[in-house]
Amino acid sequence: MAKKEKTVFKGRVICSGTYEGECVVSRQGLNTLATFQKSALMNKKKVIGSDQNNPDVYGKNLTGVALILPQTIGSTTGGLVIQTICQMGINPAALLFSEEIDSLAASGVILAKNWENSKIIAIDKLGKDILTAIKTGDKISVSVDGTVTLLQKKEEK
Amino acid sequence: MKLTAEEKAILEGKEGQTKAKIMKTLVEFGELFGAKRFVPVTHDGHLVTSFGIGLLKPVYRIMDEIIDAGLKTDYPFTVDPRPIDYKNVKCGVLDKLIFSKIMYSKQKHYEEQLSKIGLKSKDSFTCTCYLKEVGNTPKYGDILSWAESSAVVFANSVLGARCNRNSGMLDIFGSILGKVPEFGLLTDEGRKADWIIEVKTSSLPEAQILGSAIGMKVMEDVPYVVGLDKFLGRTLDDKTISYLKDFGAATASNGAVGLYHIDHLTPEAKKLGKKNLVKENAKVYVIDDAELERVYKSYPVMWKDKDAKPTLCFIGCPHLSFEQLIEWTEKIENALKQSGKKKVVIRTIMTSAPKVLEKFKTTPEYKKLKDFGINFASICPLMYTNNPIAGGKPIITNSNKLRTYSKSRYYKDDDIVKIICGVK
Repeated sequence: MAKKEKTVFKGRVICSGTYEGECVVSRQGLNTLATFQKSALMNKKKVIGSDQNNPDVYGKNLTGVALILPQTIGSTTGGLVIQTICQMGINPAALLFSEEIDSLAASGVILAKNWENSKIIAIDKLGKDILTAIKTGDKISVSVDGTVTLLQKKEEK
Repeated sequence: MKLTAEEKAILEGKEGQTKAKIMKTLVEFGELFGAKRFVPVTHDGHLVTSFGIGLLKPVYRIMDEIIDAGLKTDYPFTVDPRPIDYKNVKCGVLDKLIFSKIMYSKQKHYEEQLSKIGLKSKDSFTCTCYLKEVGNTPKYGDILSWAESSAVVFANSVLGARCNRNSGMLDIFGSILGKVPEFGLLTDEGRKADWIIEVKTSSLPEAQILGSAIGMKVMEDVPYVVGLDKFLGRTLDDKTISYLKDFGAATASNGAVGLYHIDHLTPEAKKLGKKNLVKENAKVYVIDDAELERVYKSYPVMWKDKDAKPTLCFIGCPHLSFEQLIEWTEKIENALKQSGKKKVVIRTIMTSAPKVLEKFKTTPEYKKLKDFGINFASICPLMYTNNPIAGGKPIITNSNKLRTYSKSRYYKDDDIVKIICGVK
């Protein structure tokens, strides 16, 4: 009998909120500057992932969706980039980390909350299974208590 | 976090609302990572945000708030390189227009803001603030409120200072409060290695590819590298320091490494040894020639025409050390002899800190490189190449960091020198 895949994940709430909709999954560390810089610099209304080294997000819309990732990597401008895209209103609706949040992403969501009144949702420690059980385009929900639920697979829609 | 009476008073707004908000941000940041207390910053600062990009509105607004509140950093600070230098890196009219009027429209304003809160001097713009010529060199055990991924990893690993991978803005906040939350790389436990990296290559690996391979594998974990001292020796001389500078920058940009140890070489590895620095269940990553080649071949080429002739070459991300400028002179001289040419065939810009260039300009090597057609500047190549016009040009570099953040194509040192000197 095939092993039943996990569909509910519980993490630590960093910035709470609710969300229901599509997600994008980055199975590798997400380079914040490389991913968001192009759209932010060009003052675009939506972020299209611009990190050529990350095929999971390259060319995908990241504004208003839930972004599932292990952690962020790269430049220490990372936190400032998250703060800026929140100020511009082009941020992902939620950042859902499989691992413990890294210091740069943490800086970003705290700066966005305290200095921009941003409502970006951030949950970490969801476990590495979330990176394989949920795929880009799947529909998920996020609850205030840090529960992430897979609602509908992309191919089932 | 357990706050002192003074820290509580700041949080409650007794020293003004801006300082209270700064304190609140750092307390929340620390608590997220289990910090129990603040520890005092003991050395000058270094900031990552050096560029006046018009769209970074939060930065200018917060800087104004800080200035209006009369706040300054406890120690003076250096900052990353400027994005543009029209005198030494010539631009077309359209590039200039985009740089000055659109992309970096706030540069002058932002530099004025930096000066008001504690910028060391007008020469303080470099990502290699820790080099002896620049002088922002922390000592072993210093607590820092730095950002700039390549500087943080260097300070932690090569100097034995203690600094977390702080984000832009938080570097300023810690410098203003004069304290940072104690967690992660500020603690003995947080400095222990999660990985053993076994280097089994046939010769000294290209620093930028080795760093890239390790960064991609370990992400933000701490690696303990064995087998590299066979090639680098066991003394931190200028040549080795330059190698570790480039290696670290690649670990931090291709991954999120804030600290590495090199067996028998870096200060904590020397002092504490592998046995005391590596965690019990550390994972192992073996790097041989084939693995380095696999990583090198995995870099995508983002040029529209993959066979295009390069029109520009950047060498010096992170900024070149004095030692490296001397080494490049010899490499280019030899390659030009080989090609029979008098000057480089591709416009080449070498970037280095203002103080390092000042010293280099007094040497015969400087005159040689100028005669070979090399240009020098102290800009950030990343910021320069990061615009819609440059993005479409076939630019080459030996920097893995620049490759990561732009469409520049990466070449190994020995290959790039042949390309710029026209060696067939």
